[in-house]
Amino acid sequence: MSFHRGRTSSLASGLTARLAIFIIVIAFLVTPTSWSQADGPDPVLAGSDSALASLAPITSLVAEDNTYDNGNALRLIWVPSIDDRLIDSKIIGYRVYRLAGAGEPRAIAELPPGSNQYLDETVLRDSVYSYYISTLSERAEFPSNRTAAISPQREWINLDRGYLFLIALAIAGAVIYYVTVAKRGKKLFVRKIAGLEAIDDAVGRATEMGRPVLFIPGIHDMDDVQTLAALTILGRVSRTIADYESKIFMPVARSLVMTAGREVIKSSYQAAGRPDAYSDDMVNYITDEQFGYVAAVDGIMVREKPATVFLLGAFFAESLILAETGNSVGAIQIAGTARPAQLPFFIAACDFTLIGEELFAASAYLSGEPRQLGSLKGQDVGKVIAMVVMTVGVIALTFAEAWKIEFMQDILDRLSIIFSTN
Amino acid sequence: MEHFALWLSAFLTLGILSFLYKDNPWYKLSEAVFVGISAGFWFVTLFWDNLVGKFWDGWQDEPMLWVGAVLGFLMLLRLVPRIGWISRWPLAFIVGATSGLWLMNYLASNIMVQVQATIQSLLSTSYASGYDAGWGAMINSLVIVVGTFTGLVYFYFSKEHKGAFGGAARVGIFFIMITFGASFGYTVMSRMSLLIGRIDFLLGDWLGLIN
Repeated sequence: MSFHRGRTSSLASGLTARLAIFIIVIAFLVTPTSWSQADGPDPVLAGSDSALASLAPITSLVAEDNTYDNGNALRLIWVPSIDDRLIDSKIIGYRVYRLAGAGEPRAIAELPPGSNQYLDETVLRDSVYSYYISTLSERAEFPSNRTAAISPQREWINLDRGYLFLIALAIAGAVIYYVTVAKRGKKLFVRKIAGLEAIDDAVGRATEMGRPVLFIPGIHDMDDVQTLAALTILGRVSRTIADYESKIFMPVARSLVMTAGREVIKSSYQAAGRPDAYSDDMVNYITDEQFGYVAAVDGIMVREKPATVFLLGAFFAESLILAETGNSVGAIQIAGTARPAQLPFFIAACDFTLIGEELFAASAYLSGEPRQLGSLKGQDVGKVIAMVVMTVGVIALTFAEAWKIEFMQDILDRLSIIFSTN
Repeated sequence: MEHFALWLSAFLTLGILSFLYKDNPWYKLSEAVFVGISAGFWFVTLFWDNLVGKFWDGWQDEPMLWVGAVLGFLMLLRLVPRIGWISRWPLAFIVGATSGLWLMNYLASNIMVQVQATIQSLLSTSYASGYDAGWGAMINSLVIVVGTFTGLVYFYFSKEHKGAFGGAARVGIFFIMITFGASFGYTVMSRMSLLIGRIDFLLGDWLGLIN
């Protein structure tokens, strides 16, 4: 009995095992996509005849960081659906879904049949994303696997700015060329700038009147090029003051500007052969607070009654208050800033105003040094390039739109690529 | 306490406004209070925000913060006259880094974007955006193109402003001055809001004459 029972049991267990293998094989053959979609979303069906509408999803979807950019793009690459190769393909396109972190999927793009890559340029640097792509038929969509999580990274070299670099290189090349030419002794012409011509007269006036010169370098720190330009002019002004044995006072709103201002004036006094006349008290820190600084400078103006006031650098709402107070004490005022909103106030209340670019050109103009003059001439080359490009662009666009001239459209397309500022 | 603060604010506001008459002890007091308190406030703010908030709390995770800390320390060497010259190094670093950083930014924003925006059709009656703008848009385009071009001519320093070039530069400065005129009016109106704010405080919060 025991033998019989044992044989029956062995037969039953053999049948069970075969049945189980059979079921697994059938299941595998009948639903192949259910295995490959284990971690992907389920198909979304618009109709009931899903079997008829069934399409193979795309495969081998990979998301990778786009190289040589600012960390603002991810590239998706995949193998299109096998059904995409059929002549009578039911595929009408692909829909790209993106998940930000653990968030919900969001459709970000629809692509035509045959597409096998997509560049997502709407991502944020260092954020984490994953993707999947649905193959679309008329009535349903069939999602792929989800990609691994990835975050866009910034590279050291950004090729999106390649043309910007080339233009900078052209201008820098022009600067180097003109500096070399100037060093060889060739005289470079720079037209007169009225405000700068007046500097010597203004300092001379202060000397004659026995009153100080007040130099206000704006309210921004050393990380503003206007402050740097102001300090360059300060070098020339303080040198003249040292030569004339006049007095200068410079109240500042930033501690770093105080340090830099002291260095500049000290160097000028040393260059003029009067290091003993220099004092750290010539440059004083007041406060970082905008209107606190203005209140103090206004007080200094009415009490010290400077003969000359220089307002050069970055100014904001305080520009008119300072310029009007300087005007009320009878000072000759030379102002300059690159802030368009403040320039009207300086023009209204000051004797001379350096408008925008003139402030930056001032250092080269005043020094007459080959290196700085070459730099100024190089910048002029940049302006010529801008004028030529604008002229060509305007002509091309006008002809392309009005007379549909293809050649002009080609020029325009090239310009838009070159002057793209991604 | 609240009343005291209100009256003190009104006292100091009127003290600053008294400068409109002339310099006086009341103004000097208000000015000194304003300058002293604001300088102290900024010292405390920068100390807690930068030294503590950024460096002290983050130096273990962010080694680059040490670069700033070392440069900051070098600045303090000014206080030691014998080696004070070392403080020029961080200054040179700031000036150099600023110039380099802003070179590309200004090139992109002040040249590339400006050039792009100036390229406009002078004859077409439609913009790329698709709306039919007619003669008004054509005149607008003409003003932008001519204004930008002649403005650039004005800021070209390598040639004397004579002849046709001088004429173009003169047109350019006209454009610039008209722009400044419009900007003047606009900015004056925005500055009025500062005055309105103080009058609102005096007549409303302090005297209760207006709601």
